[in-house]
Amino acid sequence: MASEQVVLDVEDLRMRYGTTDVLHGITFQAHQGEVLALLGPNGAGKTTTIEILEGFRLRSAGRVSVLGVDPAHADERWRAHVGVVLQSWRDHGKWRVRELLRHLGVYYSCYATDQVSRPWDPDELVAAVGLTARADAKIRTLSGGQRRRLDVAVGIVGRPELLFLDEPTTGFDPVARREFHELVRRLAAQDSTTILLTTHDLDEAEKLADRIVILDGGRIVADGTADELARRIAGEDEVRWTHAGQRHVRHVRESTKFVHDLFRRHGDAITDLEVRQASLEDTYLSLVRRVEAEGATR
Amino acid sequence: MNPTTTALRAGGRRGLIELRQSLTNGADLWNHAFWPVLMLVVTFFLRDVSFGQTGFSVGALALPSILGMNAAMAMVTMSQLLTADREDGTLLRAKATPNGMLGYLVGKLVSVAGGLVIDLSIFLIPGVFLVSGLVTGSLDAWLTLAWVLALGMLAALPIGAVLGSVFATARGQGLLMLPILAMIGISGVFYPVTALPEWVQWVAQVFPVYWLGLGMRSALLPDAAVAVEIGESWRHLETVGVLTAWAVLGLVLAPVVLRRMARRESGSSVAERRERSLQRVR
Repeated sequence: MASEQVVLDVEDLRMRYGTTDVLHGITFQAHQGEVLALLGPNGAGKTTTIEILEGFRLRSAGRVSVLGVDPAHADERWRAHVGVVLQSWRDHGKWRVRELLRHLGVYYSCYATDQVSRPWDPDELVAAVGLTARADAKIRTLSGGQRRRLDVAVGIVGRPELLFLDEPTTGFDPVARREFHELVRRLAAQDSTTILLTTHDLDEAEKLADRIVILDGGRIVADGTADELARRIAGEDEVRWTHAGQRHVRHVRESTKFVHDLFRRHGDAITDLEVRQASLEDTYLSLVRRVEAEGATR
Repeated sequence: MNPTTTALRAGGRRGLIELRQSLTNGADLWNHAFWPVLMLVVTFFLRDVSFGQTGFSVGALALPSILGMNAAMAMVTMSQLLTADREDGTLLRAKATPNGMLGYLVGKLVSVAGGLVIDLSIFLIPGVFLVSGLVTGSLDAWLTLAWVLALGMLAALPIGAVLGSVFATARGQGLLMLPILAMIGISGVFYPVTALPEWVQWVAQVFPVYWLGLGMRSALLPDAAVAVEIGESWRHLETVGVLTAWAVLGLVLAPVVLRRMARRESGSSVAERRERSLQRVR
């Protein structure tokens, strides 16, 4: 579970390409062992943000600290404690799965400590991402989902303290997606790896993340746990019931109390009761809609 | 072990793994064999064509020159591999790994140099049986060949890395081939450079291809063959001078250009390039 130590600290981060502002001053933090999802529609600025944090892109303004260091001036020691899984990688097609993991692991061997052995043993790593059957296969013969799991394996071969996952499950089938989610949860729980993932899939953010930061149009529009967001923003559950042969639908904030009152008033006469809690999806859609509406009136 | 040593060793191993891979798959084997075999065929047809009154066959003169040309072509190989690795994200992967760029470069140098030695052997070993009039019995000849080759690679590979970073796309690499073919054409590979107009000779002497060819001829041809060279001399001193100058230029430029290129690599830049190359195909 998340500890108090701040691993990611972003303050008023701004990015401008030419005359276009892509990030308008975003601020957030992540603590050790926390899984944080950057959620937002395409073009919201998720990838730009993550690339700045990875040290692959120079920001225009703002303060960024990743593992206590500014990634724009980070050295190779810092690099050894950060794992990166990008959106799509096609490299090393001629290499074999275990061969590549063993090779890339070597670079991390001199960064081992008494607490953390580095790198991850190739056989164990292959097993951890469920690729044992393909360990000696050429990488270019892997299916999309297998390739993605290999990318994750490469990202964690040095047992990073912080792992970046950019749209990690794009193109996964449901089974691969569930296995991947289990792997991410295991990393966060057992190794207290801090994980920052970007996604436009709400369901994924809800399942995986301890905390969700919603980004839209280069601004943070919400930040909190899935429950908090659902309550804080949409906040209204849907209650349906039948009374005296008539169907009713009502959106209420405190659904339990509302139902209690309903029964007190009508007793047994209430049938077909349904309560649907506001899902994150409702929250998200209402948020994005609101931001777009504001953008239109501005 | 310190991180730099670790990366150097990992790079060495990486080069050997890549070399093995290139010898165990059809497409790469074809690339290895294609030019040497083609050049063997050319040499075969030139073996009985005599060059003027010198008593040497054009084949005998061309064989060491072709050897030198192939060595210089390692520059192109290096450049193309770098472009390919940049397009598919291998370079970005190296950047995401601690000291990975160092390991990557060492690996590339080892695999390209190793591949070159293999390509040269495919050509040279049958070649010496095909052509008469070569000096192959003396240790001196092979020592000369070795230092010319080593210095030639030192000149060619860093420049290749620079070209690979500057001409970043497959299309750029295609354009690059034109001036390189022109350079080979005037470098006295298939016909002695002294048969060309003097101003062309001067241009040829700027580039490493001519000097690699000259060095190889000085190793494998008998002394009498020096008569067809500029100034009737093997000019070892000048060979060392020009090749060293290219090596220094490459070794100074390569880290600067490579670092600049690496700095600009990111996930979205790789994705963007793929998007563009897909559009080209469609």
